[in-house]
Amino acid sequence: MVFEGLADKLQGALQKLKSKGKLSEKDVKEAMREVKLALLEADVNFKVVKDFIDKVKDRAVGNEVLESLTPGQQVIKIVNEELTALMGTTQSKITFSSKPPTVIMLVGLQGAGKTTTGGKLGGYLKKSGKRPLLVAGDIYRPAAIKQLQVVGGQLDLPVFTLGDKVSPVHIAKAGVEHAVKHGNDLVIIDTAGRLHIDDHLMEELQNIKQEVKPHEILLVLDAMTGQDAVNVAEIFNEKLGIDGVILTKLDGDTRGGAALSVRAVTNKPIKFIGMGEKLNELEPFFPDRMASRILGMGDILSLIEKA
Amino acid sequence: TKTRQGIADKVDQVLKTYKKVDDELFEEIEEILITSDVGVNTTMKIIEKLRTEAKERKVTEASDLKGLLKEILVEILDYGDAHQLGIHPAPAILLIVGVNGVGKTTSIGKIAHRIKSQGKKVLLAAGDTFRAAAIDQLEIWGNRVGVDVIKHQEGADPAAVLFDAIQSAKARKIDVLICDTAGRLHNKKNLMNELGKVSKVLEREYGNATKDVLLVLDATTGQNAIQQAKTFKEVVDINGIILTKLDGTAKGGVVLAISSELNVPVKLIGVGEGVNDLQVFEPKSFVNALFGDDI
Ligand SMILES: Nc1nc2c(ncn2[C@@H]2O[C@H](COP(=O)(O)OP(=O)(O)OP(=O)(O)O)[C@@H](O)[C@H]2O)c(=O)[nH]1
Ligand SMILES: Nc1nc2c(ncn2[C@@H]2O[C@H](COP(=O)(O)OP(=O)(O)OP(=O)(O)O)[C@@H](O)[C@H]2O)c(=O)[nH]1
Ligand SMILES: [Mg+2]
Ligand SMILES: [Mg+2]
Repeated sequence: MVFEGLADKLQGALQKLKSKGKLSEKDVKEAMREVKLALLEADVNFKVVKDFIDKVKDRAVGNEVLESLTPGQQVIKIVNEELTALMGTTQSKITFSSKPPTVIMLVGLQGAGKTTTGGKLGGYLKKSGKRPLLVAGDIYRPAAIKQLQVVGGQLDLPVFTLGDKVSPVHIAKAGVEHAVKHGNDLVIIDTAGRLHIDDHLMEELQNIKQEVKPHEILLVLDAMTGQDAVNVAEIFNEKLGIDGVILTKLDGDTRGGAALSVRAVTNKPIKFIGMGEKLNELEPFFPDRMASRILGMGDILSLIEKA
Repeated sequence: TKTRQGIADKVDQVLKTYKKVDDELFEEIEEILITSDVGVNTTMKIIEKLRTEAKERKVTEASDLKGLLKEILVEILDYGDAHQLGIHPAPAILLIVGVNGVGKTTSIGKIAHRIKSQGKKVLLAAGDTFRAAAIDQLEIWGNRVGVDVIKHQEGADPAAVLFDAIQSAKARKIDVLICDTAGRLHNKKNLMNELGKVSKVLEREYGNATKDVLLVLDATTGQNAIQQAKTFKEVVDINGIILTKLDGTAKGGVVLAISSELNVPVKLIGVGEGVNDLQVFEPKSFVNALFGDDI
């Protein structure tokens, strides 16, 4: 990949600076160009990149260079710290209702991974003692209900469906009632993929929300999403008020800059990541790991840690 | 369409603000391309070319720059006759590949419908034996458009499904066989090898058929699409791209990068989930839509 060697490039950009005094504006500016390009190549949103660079610049200029670090390492250290801060510094979990069932609704664009993730999440939380019910709220996509049933079957989780002739709002409501009756303390509602600009289908989600008052509305987002991730997240958040994000398909080799953008713009935490197609491949999200992934700078960080 | 109005407006706005061609103007254009997922490398190349051409042709008015930019973009995307779907002469086979959830199965339904209404005999092969209910999904599409589907059980060997489908296509004198495959990330070696195996069966059993291997790309994908295209191209000989989900707000600018770096033409675009939401890719309209239709 083009920017694999970001750390090297930064070192190069700052190599000329031999004295261990303060970082000058010019030195930082040059280094920041490399960081900017790396972030853009990683699909971090353009506006987010600009803000981020300004922030790092402010911090870096005039910063005392630590004895043990080269100026390049110093800048990377600041970049990494700011990046991690932006991603959210702590791990963020699902909040369960004190009055079960806890209702989780999964929303997002077509093909993002909602149905698969619904199953994964159910399986994951079942392990911690929950009794999840999966609710088949996608009446549009061919075989969407069957897909959820197969997934539920593989995980030994019950799946609630009313077929595809009933409105998703009604299905959601009936699903929650079913859970109450059958002692399921967790309801995970799968919804059809939709475009954020599809007003009609966005309204459908609003109606589901109003009807069942989910405790968590999670946006399922494909980690490979490019510059548009921000629009998508912003509008889903605006229209629905999301509580967090699940980032899927991180088992690929994408840098996953969308994560950073979405977090920066909506200020909502990323709660889980999808690491494969198998139903146990869901993991809690760690902000610091994502930061290094975006810049591709694992090596330099361990270097800095040792220093 | 509403999709690309955003970028068109932006360019117009920029060009209005800057009456004269100067560095700042180029920087603004650079921004616009990057925010459309064109990518840093390709954007730099485009800007470089734009600068040179502007100088050569003595373009000094900002407004004239737009036409020039469009010319350059069309040139990158235009592959002449290569945008045609490779289904002539019959028999033909289309192998549809791509990463997870991009729109392979849906596109197959749409393509089947399109070719069938041109009077061709079409058959589908349910080569995704892995994903939950993938076979059911293809069958529903088959029913919807009135085309048969050759399938095995979930978990079966995709190469075996294709083998059967090819025999069936021969026996039934099918014009176009369209083969679905499971979504796979390009960095998964074993899954890519499996695809290689499928491709070998195709060569061996249907060597005389006209062959088109189409990579489906989601227009919302960022720079990873380039890596996807590169890796898939190494394993199966991709000769076209289907760019889906252009009905959203994503611009699909990454195909500019792919066209310019990898020499693969876009053939079809997906603009919705309905059976008719498939269009032939036309470089000029794509670029025109990117910048507004007024010029
Ligand atoms: N590699 C990988 N594939 C995933 C992951 N999550 C989901 N997928 C795959 O992505 C594709 C789409 O997943 P679905 O769960 O059907 O997505 P969806 O959002 O429900 O799709 P629609 O209902 O059509 O909007 C499938 O092939 C899944 O197997 C992941 O974390 N990694
Ligand atoms: N808005 C929109 N949605 C699309 C388009 N093409 C496909 N989709 C939707 O995207 C989702 C995924 O489509 P599929 O055809 O299942 O994708 P796939 O590549 O076969 O997925 P896997 O087999 O799981 O890898 C479905 O919800 C489709 O309806 C398009 O052009 N526009
Ligand atoms: Mg689904
Ligand atoms: Mg499919």
